[in-house]
Amino acid sequence: MAFEIRKIREDFPTLARQVRPGVPLVYLDSTATSHKPEAVLAAMDGYYRHSNANIHRGVHTLAEEATALYEQAREGIARFINAPAARQVIYTRNTTESINLVAYTWARANLKSGDVVIATEMEHHSNLVPWHMLAAERGVRLEFIPVTGDGLLDLEAYQKLLQLGPKLVTFTHMSNVLGTINPAREIIRLAHEAGAVTLVDGAQSVPHFPVDVQDLDVDFMAFSAHKMVGPTGIGVLYGKQALLEAMPPFLGGGDMIKTVHLHSFTPNTIPYKFEAGTPAIAEAVGFGAACEYLSGVGMDAIAAYEHAITEYALERLEEIPGLRLFGPSADKKGGVAAFTLDGIHPHDVAQILDQDGVAVRAGHHCAQPLHEKFSIPATSRASFYLYSTTEEVDRLVEGIYKVKKYFA
Amino acid sequence: MDDLYREVIIEHYKNPSYRGKLDPHDIFFADNNPLCGDHIEITLQVGADGAVSDARFDGHGCAISQASADLLMEHIIGKPLEEVKQLNKQDVLDLLGIDLGPVRLKCALLSLKVLKAGVYGLGEAGDDLVE
Repeated sequence: MAFEIRKIREDFPTLARQVRPGVPLVYLDSTATSHKPEAVLAAMDGYYRHSNANIHRGVHTLAEEATALYEQAREGIARFINAPAARQVIYTRNTTESINLVAYTWARANLKSGDVVIATEMEHHSNLVPWHMLAAERGVRLEFIPVTGDGLLDLEAYQKLLQLGPKLVTFTHMSNVLGTINPAREIIRLAHEAGAVTLVDGAQSVPHFPVDVQDLDVDFMAFSAHKMVGPTGIGVLYGKQALLEAMPPFLGGGDMIKTVHLHSFTPNTIPYKFEAGTPAIAEAVGFGAACEYLSGVGMDAIAAYEHAITEYALERLEEIPGLRLFGPSADKKGGVAAFTLDGIHPHDVAQILDQDGVAVRAGHHCAQPLHEKFSIPATSRASFYLYSTTEEVDRLVEGIYKVKKYFA
Repeated sequence: MDDLYREVIIEHYKNPSYRGKLDPHDIFFADNNPLCGDHIEITLQVGADGAVSDARFDGHGCAISQASADLLMEHIIGKPLEEVKQLNKQDVLDLLGIDLGPVRLKCALLSLKVLKAGVYGLGEAGDDLVE
């Protein structure tokens, strides 16, 4: 199907709004969170209006419907990432919780003092702090694949680190600051050769290009609905079946048990073993609708469209005197452009752009170590998605010239 | 924007009068805004009368955080420490002459937080200091 940007934009009600009277929104912050199409909003609304009930043990009609919707969504998400089975898709709150689930269950059952965990210098705090906490508790040793000056992982250094015999290799599939798309298949293959388990932070990759967990051969993959046109409050941990089955449960409570006695319990089978308590049912339904929407447009088409926008944006931004871009060239990155302007703080850049309706993010984007690496406290970041346009890039560029004028 | 980036703020940001460090000094304190990495440190000299005889700030950050620090230093010189302890959020907003949303408010209040933590001799600068 041809990529009809006008039609796609019509699917997203927020994009039609004005920030102030006469100032239309230019939303360039999809890396933080994406907007939601009517199809997702309608699915969630329909669930609450028509089928609202608690899932699983109920036998009445509404409970059956709610359970079916919740599980159909899981199947849809599984198809979206080509998981072998829906039971390997565990609902969580978000990517952060998915990573923590691995850290609290698999890692605490399998890692001991002195064991090596390899991460990268471009991780989001969500894939750093859980391992810091584990290191403090268990004496696990953290090693980091360095980031090169042009924003790529130093794979030679990685090969050397693998000689330490790591138990876990964890990395972001796509950097939320540099936009770098890491060679996940290669990193995972090498990790497996060294005997390590792999965990991929897919928060930025799954929304933006086709991700096939079987092709990657990844052991664990974490991602969030809200960055892929779905609602906040729900994410997924995908895992290989044997690993998930061997892991102890995460949170205790209802639904995660098979039997409970006063002094003992037996855990449920996967995925329920990891889903204690009433989950975010409407959000799961919305997540399923989001996957369906993205598949309908086509992930290959989305990736190609975003690539074109990113190429255009980098070209336009590079023309601006005093603007420094971070990350690799367009062929090695997704739709993210992080930059600094000489002598102007990113907060001021973002604030002045907002006056013209241009929404970008300013700060360290939860990747403080990466900013330290480049010796900058913060960057401004524009990011693109399937609904972004070249006209919006032009508005951004005009806005940046205005910022420069203010501080001239 | 004409409001938020008033000439006075841009001017104090680009050409601050009180940027630097006092050596010797009687009071020193430094802190960051973890949100954006803004950094402010202040040094004060206090006279025998218990009033601030001189004040400087140093650091880096956005126009709002740096301009408010410069305006604040100007404001407290000559004032008794007891009076400095009473300064609050509204005083800083009055100095800036603008109203701010919750995110930028943190930028504007960083210098006051650092100043009060220093004057009170606290171990860390809490948000409760500027409420």
